[in-house]
Amino acid sequence: MTGTWIELLANISIILLLLFGSFITLSASIGIIRFPDIYTRLHAATKASTLGVSSILIAAFIFLYVKEDIVSGKLLIGILFIMVTAPVSAHMIGRAAHNSGVKPLTKNRTDAYEEAMQKQQ
Amino acid sequence: MAFQIIINLIIAIMWMFLSESYTFASFIAGYIWGILLVLLLNRFIPGRFYGIRIVKIFKLILLFVKELLLSNLSILKLVYTPKPEIEPGIFALPLEVKSNWGITLLAHLISLTPGTLSVAVSDKNDVLYIHAMDIDEVDKSVKEIKDSFEKAILEVTR
Repeated sequence: MTGTWIELLANISIILLLLFGSFITLSASIGIIRFPDIYTRLHAATKASTLGVSSILIAAFIFLYVKEDIVSGKLLIGILFIMVTAPVSAHMIGRAAHNSGVKPLTKNRTDAYEEAMQKQQ
Repeated sequence: MAFQIIINLIIAIMWMFLSESYTFASFIAGYIWGILLVLLLNRFIPGRFYGIRIVKIFKLILLFVKELLLSNLSILKLVYTPKPEIEPGIFALPLEVKSNWGITLLAHLISLTPGTLSVAVSDKNDVLYIHAMDIDEVDKSVKEIKDSFEKAILEVTR
């Protein structure tokens, strides 16, 4: 038998990370459909997909390291780029939506940004 | 800080020449010797020892990962609640960090923390507008952002 217990541990962690990542990404997609307005949908899209995609990438990194002996720098840089770009895109989408007049869904009209914009004019 | 790093790199390359092994491992060994030398000769080199700042950056990264995991848990809870009792809204957060980098970093951290998403920065760069999943917890989240993130960012960028 060639598999040592370290390899078993690596396999288990790869499987767990892949399952966790797919579950989180699936939940993010469900959240995008279920949430009421664009801002709450952005919450689901940024947070959950960041963690989901990065744990899948970490699983791929461990797999390549254990099976093929490759230290894949591309995957690590991919995690970094996702962590940097997802909040930026969410910020830009949210700002663009607000500037083009999409009102956030609130019960008591708590929208400090709109008040500030009105005060400016 | 940049000056100290350059000195450290020079010491590392010197170490490679002196030990006559031009590999990555000897570069790392030289760099570790360089850190020790810079720490010892800190009195004669302008500026604070840069290792302190690197430790603080590391702490900030750990905080970031912790908050990312927590925020995912809260989003998951909301996704699988049959009828979520949430009240979204946008609130204003007065900023203490002034530099462009600091504000960018803070907006990133806020976007990846539980229940908050930065929407816009005011024209004078002094207020950040944040969309919250649950507007009732605003006081709590403002206090949390002020206490943990803004303090950490001020320590790193100063």
